[in-house]
Amino acid sequence: MDAAGGTELAIRTRKLNLWYGTFQALFDVDLEIRHGMITSLIGPSGCGKSTLLRSVNRINERLGYVRITGSVDVLGHDIYAPEVELVQVRQQVGMVFQRPNPLPISVRDNVLFGYDLHAGGRRKSRAEREEVLEDALRQVVLWDKVKDRLDHKATALSLEEQQKLCIARLLPVKPGVLLMDEPCSALDPRGTEAVEELIWELRGRYTILIVTHNMAQARRASEECIFMLLGKVIEHTDTAEMFVTPRHQETADYIEGRYG
Amino acid sequence: MPADPVGASKPRALQAADPAADFDRLNRDWYIDKAVQIAVFIGGISAIVFIIGIFVFISKEGFGFLLGEFSFKEFFLSPNWRPTSEGNPTYGILALIAGTASVTGLAMLVAIPFSLGAAVFIAEFASGKTREYLKVTVELLAAIPSVVWGFIGLAIMNPIIIQTFNVPIGLNVLNAGVILGLMAAPIMTSIAEDALKAVPDRYREAAEAMGATRWQVIYKVVLPAARNGLLGAVLLGVGRGFGETMAVLMATGHSINIPTSIFDSVRALTATIAAELGETAVGSDHYEALFTIGIFLFVVTFIINLTADLVVRGVRRG
Repeated sequence: MDAAGGTELAIRTRKLNLWYGTFQALFDVDLEIRHGMITSLIGPSGCGKSTLLRSVNRINERLGYVRITGSVDVLGHDIYAPEVELVQVRQQVGMVFQRPNPLPISVRDNVLFGYDLHAGGRRKSRAEREEVLEDALRQVVLWDKVKDRLDHKATALSLEEQQKLCIARLLPVKPGVLLMDEPCSALDPRGTEAVEELIWELRGRYTILIVTHNMAQARRASEECIFMLLGKVIEHTDTAEMFVTPRHQETADYIEGRYG
Repeated sequence: MPADPVGASKPRALQAADPAADFDRLNRDWYIDKAVQIAVFIGGISAIVFIIGIFVFISKEGFGFLLGEFSFKEFFLSPNWRPTSEGNPTYGILALIAGTASVTGLAMLVAIPFSLGAAVFIAEFASGKTREYLKVTVELLAAIPSVVWGFIGLAIMNPIIIQTFNVPIGLNVLNAGVILGLMAAPIMTSIAEDALKAVPDRYREAAEAMGATRWQVIYKVVLPAARNGLLGAVLLGVGRGFGETMAVLMATGHSINIPTSIFDSVRALTATIAAELGETAVGSDHYEALFTIGIFLFVVTFIINLTADLVVRGVRRG
């Protein structure tokens, strides 16, 4: 796979700068993330990794005081172009948050929430919806656990189940890219393992960009790794390579735990 | 103490405490603490004492009527309120209940769209200065005395209704309903806005990240999540409408009627007490009947407010 072959790229940023008010959080970020890969974003707190992640589906803009220069291409389209509709960007780019955030409605309605939004006003048949529901929950290995509780409130599930549900509800709208912002940090070790396994399962079908504070997680659960520091990308290579032979001194210091 | 060159050179404050110190001295701070505790306790239970006191008082005054003259059936089911009739006074409050209910009902039809719209705008759309200005304005609106609203009903709404709808009298259900609706809207807006603010932002973020538009976020996520609080806001509005006196006295026309259209004049329970209590002999049947209306109002508003409170609390817990 050649990184230069345009269509193979899921995400490409060019000279991406981002300001929160007057504070500049990202500096000239150039990234090329290949299709179907799991790429982890690591770096100390405040280095801009979550900011970078949140500018790939433009959820940053909720804050209202964010300004951006440069470009972000997702699957070949510049998502900051003026004619772009946010609804369609977010159909292509799903997001999993740090704290599981299922909506306070039933498990079924959570999974079908995005599906119904993007159905374009066409009312899907009951059988079709049930099939989509089961398929999504099976993909995240949750079907057997919740199939008897589909009409219970999603907020009553365990945190691990909630986080899996939050992944499941993205799948019915067939996104190309999944963004995950420290998806395991609210979970216990067993939950972390289960969600990591699930993410690994999804590899190949989706391009996954995952922010993590956990070096071991980056190492075992991603194929490529990006190290950021103070709003700049320092290094972007194969995960195996980065953890064995980092090219930059800062990277080496960080992964050996000298700061962060 | 044995001679200790190091310890002796220390300043007095750093030396070990005097082992003979006692632990049972009551100084000024102790007395202030006790006094404040008692004062706060009295303040805390005063609300309960007052509410029981008021209930006991109005029950006592209405008691004679409840035991003697009172006929449950006549009182609640007869539309004839003729307390001053020579020879055959009747005490039926059905028409008064109909008056209060029709005015309150119309008021809610007016107030619910206004207050929910305002609450959604303030909580979900407005930001920064706009939001602050709006909140202050809504609170100012809530502070307008009810007699001023009544005056607006009497002097402004009355001629407008007469001209617009070509009816003989403008003091009617429509007039009082609109006035009462505008009166109840500010408090309903405040409570509804609190309920919307209490919806965690991560729900909105989750829905937006899935591609929901702003309206879809509000309609599919925020409003259902705030449902209990919004219901509580409406119930408090109903309670306000039920208990309001001065504005309805001035704007309803104050004539005993079971309304068949919004252009009929009616009379409210509260307004009846306000208008008649001063002219009755203490202890007479009429006097006690008015207090029985008071008991009825007290019980109804108590139930409405209690329900509203429980409903609002429900949303916090869930």
